[in-house]
Order: sequence, then C-alpha cells, then structure tokens
Amino acid sequence: MILPASTLTEDDVSTTGAAAAASVPISGSSPAASSRPGYTSLDVQLSGVGRSFGDHTVLRDVSLRVAPGEVLAILGSSGCGKSTLLRAVGGLDTGSTGEILIDGSAVQRYDERTAVGFQEPRLLPWRSIYKNVSLGLPRSLSKAEGRERVDELLELVGLKDRAALRPREISGGMAQRASLARALARRPGVLLLDEPFGALDALTRLKMQDLLLDVHAQTGTTVLLVTHDVDEALQLADRVLLLGMNAGDPTAAEGATIARLLNVPGSRPRDRASAELAALRGELFSGLGVDSHTH
Amino acid sequence: MPPTRPISRRLTSDRDPSRSTHHAAGRCSGQDARTPGRRRRRKLPGGGLLIGAVVPALLLGLWWLVTEGTGTFSPVQLPAPQTVFSAGVGLFESGDLIDHMTISLQRVLLGFAAGAGLGLALGSLLGLSSIADALLHPTVGAFRAVPSLAWVPLLLLWVGIDEDSKVILIAIGAFFPVFTAVHSALRHVDAQLVEAGRAFGFHGVRLLGTVQLPAVVPSVFSGLRLGLAQAWLFLVAAELLASSEGLGFLLDESRNNGRTDRLLLAIVLLALLGKLTDTLLGIVERKALKTWA
Repeated sequence: MILPASTLTEDDVSTTGAAAAASVPISGSSPAASSRPGYTSLDVQLSGVGRSFGDHTVLRDVSLRVAPGEVLAILGSSGCGKSTLLRAVGGLDTGSTGEILIDGSAVQRYDERTAVGFQEPRLLPWRSIYKNVSLGLPRSLSKAEGRERVDELLELVGLKDRAALRPREISGGMAQRASLARALARRPGVLLLDEPFGALDALTRLKMQDLLLDVHAQTGTTVLLVTHDVDEALQLADRVLLLGMNAGDPTAAEGATIARLLNVPGSRPRDRASAELAALRGELFSGLGVDSHTH
Repeated sequence: MPPTRPISRRLTSDRDPSRSTHHAAGRCSGQDARTPGRRRRRKLPGGGLLIGAVVPALLLGLWWLVTEGTGTFSPVQLPAPQTVFSAGVGLFESGDLIDHMTISLQRVLLGFAAGAGLGLALGSLLGLSSIADALLHPTVGAFRAVPSLAWVPLLLLWVGIDEDSKVILIAIGAFFPVFTAVHSALRHVDAQLVEAGRAFGFHGVRLLGTVQLPAVVPSVFSGLRLGLAQAWLFLVAAELLASSEGLGFLLDESRNNGRTDRLLLAIVLLALLGKLTDTLLGIVERKALKTWA
C-alpha cells in the first residue's frame, strides 16, 4: 500500500456510500472534523461563457448552474477548452466573455472562494511538504490555527509522516496529494481540479479518486473536475459536462460548447462495473467521437 | 531437515532488520540516498584543502629553486620568496601593510555593497516588471556596453581624486554581473510556480519573497561572486590610476622604486584577500542553497 491514510482503507471497505465515509472520523486528535467544520460549498452560475484567443474561438455559449456541493466532471477531447473553462471560473484567466457568478457575485481575479489543483503538483521545490501546504492557508488565520489546519490536512491526505520532506523526495502521487491539501487549506467554496490525476499511473490514480471522494465527503465543497478519463468522470461526478464542437453541422459557430450534460446515477463510491455506468460510458465515448463497440 | 531450520531461522531473523531499514529508506528515500553522498562530498573540503595546497607549494618550491643560485633572474626581475616575505614583515612592522590592506578591503566592500545592492534592486525591478524592462533595459544595456574603465576620466573630473570616485568605480564594476544574473534569472522563473503562487493569493512583495526570489537564489549567488571578482579588479584599476594608499598603490609605487619584492607581495596579498572574500561569500551561498534549493 502506498497510501497510509487510514481513511482510504476504510473507504475501500465501506459499501454504504459517501454518507458512511463522512461519518468516518479523520483523526483522533480532531473529533469535530467529521462534521464539515468551517467548510462551505458555493454554487457556480455560468451564463453564455465564451473565450477567444485572437481570431480563434475556443469556447462559446456555455451556460449551466453547478449546485453547492455538487461534483461536476468536465470532459472533452484535448484542446476543446476544458482547462480554459476551469481557469475562467477560478479567475486565473480574465479574458472570457459572458458571466460567471460564484454564490451570486462575479468571479474576481484569482478568486479567494476558489482553489485550484493543477495537473502538475506545482510545489515549491525549496519548501517542505508542510510549508507547501501552508502556502494555501488564508492570511486571516493565526499561526496556531494555521498549524492545526495543515496538520489536519496532512492527516487527511495521508502525508503526516512526510511533512518535513521536500517535494523531490516524495513520489508523484504524494506530490499530487500535497497539492490537493494545499488547495483545501483555504477551505474553498469551489474546488477546481485540472486533470489532477492525469500524470499518475493507473493504480495511483484509482487511489487518488477514492481520496478525492473521501475529501468531498468530509468537506462537502463544490468540485469542478476537468478530466479526459471517462471512467474517472463516471466514478466521481454527480453530473458530467461533455464539451465538444458540432462537427456534423458546418453552419455552427467555431468553438466548443456544451455537447451533453448527463446525470450519473447511484451514490458514491460506485461499482465501476455496473451496467448503468456502462451505458453512460458508451454514450460519452460516442460523444467524444470514439466508437465504444470497437474497443 | 536439521539444516533447513537454522537457514529459515536465519532468514527470518535477517528479515526483521532488513525490513526495518527498508521501511526507513521508504520513509525518506531521498534523504537516505543522499546522506552518504553528502558525507562523501563534505569530506572533500578537508582533504580538498590539502590537495588544493599541492600546486601552490610546488610553485613556491619552483620559485625558490630558480632564485636560489641558478642566476637565471636578477633580484630585480624575480626576488626570492624569502625576500618577499621579509619585505612583508618590514612593511607590517612599520604599519603600512595593514593600512594598505585595510583601505583596499574597505573600498572593495563598500563598492561591492553599493554595486551589488543596486544590481539586486534594478535587476529585480526589470526582471519582474515588463513595463520597467521595456522602459529601462535598452538604456542599462547601453551603459553595460561601455567598458567600465572608460568612466574613470569622467569620475575623476566630476567626483575628484578621493575615496568616492574609487568606490563608485568599484560599484560600477560589481553592478553589472549582479544585475545581469538577477534580471535574467527572474525572467526565467517557472511561470507555473508563479501562477500557483498567484492562485493562492500571493502578489507583489509577498509573491517576490515566497516564489520568485527563492527560485533565483542560485543564480543570484553566482552573480554576486562574479560581482565580487569584478570589484577586486576595479579596485586595482582605481588604485593604479590615482591613489596614495592601498594594494594597487603599493603595486605602482613598488614598480617605480624597483621594489619587485613588494610588488610580488602586493600580488600575493590580492590573491589571498580575493580568495578569502570569495570563500566567505561561498559559505553564505552554501547556507542559502541549503535553505532554498
């Protein structure tokens, strides 16, 4: 086992879904942690969001509402604007058109209500894991409160005994968990994840998906997850947003938009082999232009 | 059967310590893997000091040989090492030597501090702000293109032949290597790390102190060491041109008086002082790199 977090193994055993995971205490030292202390989940409202780079339109007419606490997977072929949409919601990119509201007010530059987990861990190589995670703390926190919160998060992602190490001394999966802990440190209302597990090996990725479900069950935060992995989307999300072009329609405008928006049935963690998910998987693959029957 | 039992027992008894070491290695694999290497590298300076002394000792021996009895060089061309040493003792006893060294060291340190400080400040400004870079970089580049000794006549005219003009010249010499190192390093800081820093609410001075400056620490120190070497170079230039004390003055005065022994003494002292200051900076650098890189 690479993952030492007790919560992961308990989650593997649990068959009653997210509710059971939520009741699993994170650690003995903080009994209150199981009741989502201080975490908020905010709704995200997109109206007619678009983004062009010069003459090239990447994204157009994206309108939807993401409910508080929802996990929305954003799926699409590469280069279709998934990351662009995510960056617009986080205020990392200010060039988009249309309106993006978080909790009813417009997104600010590098909006504090959101936190981003990047595809690369992007940890500062000269800082310990502990200090990298504390980078994500809001400035309003006192030092003691900050220490307590970082300890709690390192416990949550199973990195407590690696806290003193530098990023280059841990594996890619651990670095990605540290990155997730850093994103959670400000207790974001909306957690934005940009293919966070894309660079990991298959086994580590599955464990990270379980960890994310665990984190979501304990924090209840809204999650927007960009992925190119259909199974990951089906395993994690309440809804799957498929971005795509209208390839068959020559009169359609340039740029990707909402091709499909699917509800994923069943409570998490889901049986990866269920027939319902298989049907959805086929639909998503065909939406991505891949004929699932030949695979 | 009897032979198998001891073997299996040995296996299990072996496994326990091996497992615990494996566990420890897994816990901090990077550290464990590096510690022996580090220890080996750290051993070198002690031994490295001795190895490094071999060539100077050989040179000294060669110097002594060619001056001792062969008659290849006249004492004016190349005095013997012991003559240089006694010249040093004589100058030391009169107090002149300490004065020369002190004033030279003071000029270098003042000039280096001013030049390096300005280089850090301007390098940071131009490295971080695209507007400042577009506005100022062509001008700084043009000044850099002027061979720094070309400023000497102007400095003498404007500032006069006193301490200020020498310190300013040394500062000019120290400025450009530091400026160039800081500037180009800051322009090449990993944009992904900077964006991550911004995404977590860092901007301005806090972003600089948290992400950008630590990222450029190695380049800054190589710039500082180059700047320090330049500072010594410009010290001698300034003292050769116009001064009444200092090691550069000692060089010039000794040449005029035919005191080759003192001339060689001044060169040896410049080598020792230059190496000493560089070593001190190197110690600071190693500490900084341990913290930030």
